[in-house]
Amino acid sequence: MLRIEYVYWLCAALLAACALHDLRARRFAAAAFWGILAAIFLGGDAVAEAAAQANALPAQCVGIGVIVLALIAGSGALRRVPEAAAPAAAARRHESAARLGHQLFVPALLIPFGTLALSLAQPYTPWAPADRGQFTLIALGIACLAAMLAALWLTRSSPRQAVVETSRLLDALSWAALLPMLLAMLGAVFAATGVGEAIAHLVASAIPTQSPTAFLLAFAFGMVAFTVIMGNAFAAFPVMMAGIGLPLLIGEHHAHAAALGALGMLTGYCGTLLTPMAANYNVVPAALLELRDPNGVIRAQWPTALALLAVNFAMLWFFAMP
Amino acid sequence: MAPTVSIVRYHTPMNYWPLLGVAVVVFGFAVRANPALVVVIAGVVSGLLAGLPIPDLLALIGNKFVASRNLLVLLLTLPTIGLLERAGLREHAQAFIARMRTFTLARLLIAYLAVRQALSMLGLTGIAGHPQTVRPLLAPMAEAAAEKIDADLNAADRDRVKAMCAATDNIGLFFGEDVFIAFGAVLLIQGFYAQNGINLDPRSISLWALPTALAAFAIQSLRALRLQRRLRGKRNSHAAH
Repeated sequence: MLRIEYVYWLCAALLAACALHDLRARRFAAAAFWGILAAIFLGGDAVAEAAAQANALPAQCVGIGVIVLALIAGSGALRRVPEAAAPAAAARRHESAARLGHQLFVPALLIPFGTLALSLAQPYTPWAPADRGQFTLIALGIACLAAMLAALWLTRSSPRQAVVETSRLLDALSWAALLPMLLAMLGAVFAATGVGEAIAHLVASAIPTQSPTAFLLAFAFGMVAFTVIMGNAFAAFPVMMAGIGLPLLIGEHHAHAAALGALGMLTGYCGTLLTPMAANYNVVPAALLELRDPNGVIRAQWPTALALLAVNFAMLWFFAMP
Repeated sequence: MAPTVSIVRYHTPMNYWPLLGVAVVVFGFAVRANPALVVVIAGVVSGLLAGLPIPDLLALIGNKFVASRNLLVLLLTLPTIGLLERAGLREHAQAFIARMRTFTLARLLIAYLAVRQALSMLGLTGIAGHPQTVRPLLAPMAEAAAEKIDADLNAADRDRVKAMCAATDNIGLFFGEDVFIAFGAVLLIQGFYAQNGINLDPRSISLWALPTALAAFAIQSLRALRLQRRLRGKRNSHAAH
């Protein structure tokens, strides 16, 4: 039976290879950064198992590791001098593009379509875990592995070249690659320390009147604001629902529950488009596309986000309220 | 977006001090400090002000970090993309779009949006994304389509086109997935109501996501057309000089 851990071990192997590559090139900060991350991916299951048996020590070591990662990122030592674009390399790329043509698309498309095909095959595969989310990740892992082999074969490259290219892309991502995981961690700390309840309490106590419009505005504004802070509408939803949605809008003003839930969540999504805290959607792509402005993606999104916010609020107003 | 599981709460009735963690985040992003460092400091500040003992705080940070490893699996796409880029994938994608007369910038973005949104509505969210499809395919194609409008595209406009590609992917994903009934958000909404004694059919929830999905498609398509018109206007104005 396939386990999700195998995919994480594959990540650990890739990260370790890049760390070694950095070590050879005497980029010690980068080697330490990716090396620590490789160790966390490799030992992740042992940490979770120990935590389940009330042994907190491995998790505490990971906690210290996370703080070290943040310090390396904050020190600015990860910055890599970009190599000057060699005209010879550009000429080689053009020559190779002309020679290989559409074949170049095959490994690239193997990732999405391989994932899709494996996902569709899930009910017929005895070795697949029952959890659909886990299976999608395993399918993505298998598809990536197949695509990498296809790319190696097509381009007649050595595995070593694959590590060099991965290291180049990893350095372009740099600390942004880590941000989604750090934000998930921050979300858990905020949840454990009652930040959500404190905000819901503040918003609810700031409503001056008893009018349903004021409650609805506070609910919609609260969803957006809390999503902007947490970077995740899923974290905002239960807090805003428990603070305003259930007791005031549904309890006192008999709002339509299904419409309020669905449109409330989508209102939060407008906040996701606006915040650097939603790092995997807004910050990682800016790094991946090598935009000069780290907030470039948010700048491209805010007009759509505000227009959709208006649409959602109008729908809440017309359909969710009696 | 995985549903956040709430964990043991350590706080007493209403302690507002942990909100300073939020202030750290806002301040840190405002002064453009390194976001990774800001986020970790915010977590530590918030935990300490809530009276969490340091060993418990470290364990909380460690456990949650390990539990969110799924967010970094996108790394596995990098070797393929790196090798293909070295072999000229972007150059080929650009040459391909440059030859296709019918593929204008706006048509390319709108077609991608439609496919992304339709796949998300079917629950197939993982088959596209920033590393899988935007960087290796959509962005170079969009750049080539923009160069067909204006051969001397400046760096700012080039960044604007690439950012629009990322935005189109996000909007297609976010405003498609809620229409799919087995998606986490729909189940989260249904589960929340069920805990509070309101029983709803997931289909009645996902149906309410449909109008917003259509509005998102219309708005983002109009914006793609506007971007194209702006680039054309710019070209015409420097052609006139």
